Amino acid sequence: MNALSVRGLTKTYSNGVQALKGVDLEVERGDFFALLGPNGAGKTTLIGIITSLVNKTAGEARVFGYDIDRELEAAKACIGIVPQELNFNMFETPFTIVVNQAGFYGIPRAVARERAEKYLRQLQLWDRRKSISRGLSGGMKRRLMIARALMHEPRLLILDEPTAGVDIEIRRSMWEFLREINDRGTTIILTTHYLEEAETLCRNIAIINGGRIVERDRMSSLLRRLHVQTFVLNLRDSLAAAPHLEGYVATLVDDHTLEIEVSKEENLNDIFARLSALGIEVLSMRNKVNRLEEIFMRLVEGRGAAGEGARGAAAAAQPGSAGAATLQAGAPR
Amino acid sequence: MSSVALPGAPPVNLNVVRWIGFQTIVIREYGRIIRIWGQTIVPSVVTATLYFVIFGSLIGRRVGVMGGFDYKQYIAPGLIMMSVITNSYGNVVASFFGAKFGKHVEELLVSPLPNWVIVAGYATGGVVRGLLVGVAVTVVSLLFTHLQVQHPLVILAAGLLTSVIFALGGFLNALFARNFDQVNWIPTFILTPLTYFGGVFYSITLLPPWAQQVSYVNPILHMVNAFRFGFLGVSDVNIGIAFSLMAAAAAALFATAVALMNRGTGIRE
Repeated sequence: MNALSVRGLTKTYSNGVQALKGVDLEVERGDFFALLGPNGAGKTTLIGIITSLVNKTAGEARVFGYDIDRELEAAKACIGIVPQELNFNMFETPFTIVVNQAGFYGIPRAVARERAEKYLRQLQLWDRRKSISRGLSGGMKRRLMIARALMHEPRLLILDEPTAGVDIEIRRSMWEFLREINDRGTTIILTTHYLEEAETLCRNIAIINGGRIVERDRMSSLLRRLHVQTFVLNLRDSLAAAPHLEGYVATLVDDHTLEIEVSKEENLNDIFARLSALGIEVLSMRNKVNRLEEIFMRLVEGRGAAGEGARGAAAAAQPGSAGAATLQAGAPR
Repeated sequence: MSSVALPGAPPVNLNVVRWIGFQTIVIREYGRIIRIWGQTIVPSVVTATLYFVIFGSLIGRRVGVMGGFDYKQYIAPGLIMMSVITNSYGNVVASFFGAKFGKHVEELLVSPLPNWVIVAGYATGGVVRGLLVGVAVTVVSLLFTHLQVQHPLVILAAGLLTSVIFALGGFLNALFARNFDQVNWIPTFILTPLTYFGGVFYSITLLPPWAQQVSYVNPILHMVNAFRFGFLGVSDVNIGIAFSLMAAAAAALFATAVALMNRGTGIRE
């Protein structure tokens, strides 16, 4: 049984905006799943429908087999949600907020207090449990929403940009925490604008754009499709112009920085050999962008425009289609 | 469906979830009332005291007898009921609209609680505040006048039903309100005039016949008089009709609030 199964989900808002245009999506039980897309792609609407914060126009959604139309209480009992926007009472204390949230899921108050201590400690909020929430830092507020979502120990945890505005140290500790939660069997759906986060944490991925799923694959398979990567080389000596490297596209960013596009079939030793032959010494090298970011941009910018463009992108996502072949071949930038 | 099997966990009894959820909403509302007691309890006590001093002691002396009773004695049940009405309504409209405005209503909307439990929880919170303030104003009344108790069950039933009705009214106001102006609009332009013309300060027998007939349309007249009947044993309206109207209004408002919640009016797009 899938943790989430969505079929033909559409949503048209009262102002006529069609946020979802027939979304099909399945998330396996126990998965750590990334749902990515640009702003306005439909991620939050999709999550809103699953959690019943948004009325759907058509389609169906099931959470662990429970239909959100016919078995809404059971479906919602399975879900924990960490929304994008802060949505707790700023005048209440973290302890009160999480204990009350447990109560809304039918957790007896004594049990709720124990869990409150457990999760507030794990998320390093225990010392601030009696503070008015309004006074918490941005990172603390985000962690409070995670603690709140865990109070009823959900089977499906949906995190809508949980680390937005959180510093890197706390973000990494949150990653570790989420991995532990997932290892214990909780299915996690993550939306994020930090693609490194998705690449690090998630096993499967869907990319939504213009209200449609334009890509759905295993993270590793998707990353393997990336045909061309751009490497940035820091040079010891300055160059006046980019060197001519037969078969490669080399661009001089500044007199000490060279960018070279390398396709999957080519190897780096060859490039270094050629640079050495030209007397160019490389001090260091890095990928220009995160690999997932590269794919994401190609999908979203290249073909992912709303309307007909999105349909083409959806077709491209079908394995074996002509579009998919184009995607795998990649397009040099 | 009374219980559900969650993956990897023992079955969950939904009736237990609903009951604990209901209790939690009421506890949270009670906590809010107590936390901001200066805004929730004190103002009505001060207002009632001023009414007793000005209308009761100063002007009331010249009014003399109303409905066969000393004027302060006559207005006391009305003033208690007025505080019950405004506080039951005010609590729910402020709390639920505040939850909408601050988005923490989503804590409830994503939970497995059905909408009727959410409505019942908020309404009970309004009733708790209405009755708390009602008791406080009763204590104030006792400082100014002697209160008879002719029919205690009538007092309890009228107070409770009135409180439920206005708590649900406040819930509906909060559902439709899109800003704070709309939260204040109904209390200012509808609730207050109806209360003042609802026989709090006078018997409608003082009015000309046409005005008496118009007054019967005012639901607050029936509530105040039923409540007054419990204390003094006198009423301008038929008590049976008054209770029938109140029960019907409470049921209709509850059904409407739940139906609107199910549709997502004011809370979901």
